[in-house]
Amino acid sequence: MEIEKRYIYSDAELDSHEGRLIEELKKNSRQIIPDPDEWLSEELQQNVLLTTVDAVLNWARRSALWPVISFPACCAFELISTAASRFDISRFGMEILRASPRQADLMITAGTLTWKMAPQIKRLYDQMAEPKWVIAMGACGISGGVFKGSYSVVPGYNRIVPVDVYVPGCPPRPEALLYGIQMLRQKIKKRKSFVEEKK
Amino acid sequence: MTLALTASEIATRLKEGFADIIVEAGPDSLLVKSESLLDIASFLKTEPGLDFNYLVHITAVDYSDYFELVYHLVSLKHNHNLMIKARCYDREAPTVPSLVSLWRGAELQEREIFDLMGIRFYGHPNMKRIFLWEGFPGHPLRRDFANGA
Repeated sequence: MEIEKRYIYSDAELDSHEGRLIEELKKNSRQIIPDPDEWLSEELQQNVLLTTVDAVLNWARRSALWPVISFPACCAFELISTAASRFDISRFGMEILRASPRQADLMITAGTLTWKMAPQIKRLYDQMAEPKWVIAMGACGISGGVFKGSYSVVPGYNRIVPVDVYVPGCPPRPEALLYGIQMLRQKIKKRKSFVEEKK
Repeated sequence: MTLALTASEIATRLKEGFADIIVEAGPDSLLVKSESLLDIASFLKTEPGLDFNYLVHITAVDYSDYFELVYHLVSLKHNHNLMIKARCYDREAPTVPSLVSLWRGAELQEREIFDLMGIRFYGHPNMKRIFLWEGFPGHPLRRDFANGA
């Protein structure tokens, strides 16, 4: 009569194998494993953070966006309100509105742009140092708004400069502009400065 | 408020020298021949008792058949005002005399009318566009302006 065999190995064989593994581990575990940071001094251990270059660059860039002063029309008043103490963009490190485009990172296009003014806006954008961003604020900034189709109004800033974030409204409330600024910060956060070489 | 002089009141004072220049003396305005505009404006400015020493503003209207220029005058001395109008029937090259020699404030407003309506003011020291750029096609406040945007 054939005996039913449930395992290749018998229970006794498995038990003795387990026993050998434990004995081997116990034999190799006499020494205490040292802390890998032990070679660092105590002061250094508390002050070194490891991260990626992108994360640091993006953190620095989005935490101090300085807008350039170029507000051609009435949305400027909502922007001024946003900058003033009630809404206070200095919470985002943005309270310095730069009079020189060479010191600015962000262009907030607050207002209707006429074709006669367009070359100056383009020039301001060209003078801003890289990296630079643009928020199109208000209906006129997005598409020309109620003046779309007029002989003198540019139908949207994106004909003149590349736009990153669009904030609708006529004019947008300061809350809307702040939301747009936060969207831009999210966008900057995802930015990659170093691209891996494709193989 | 300045007192609005009725045009017929003025017209009676003008009758002596300018009878053939006044086209129509309405209840609130005086329509004059455009080619004599400078003469009558100079009279209104200098005549004792009228003394219209301040030009409030100038505007122009396109009635399709003709352009009408509207001048609002005020006398700060006598505290009264008057509206005078002049028509211009030539659509191709409408011209009227400039009043810059009488009221310096007319300079920019006449340039604005030239820019947007295409009416030339002869005697103006600097007759060129003011809002739009050189090379802009046409004059956008004209009724027959086709918007190319």
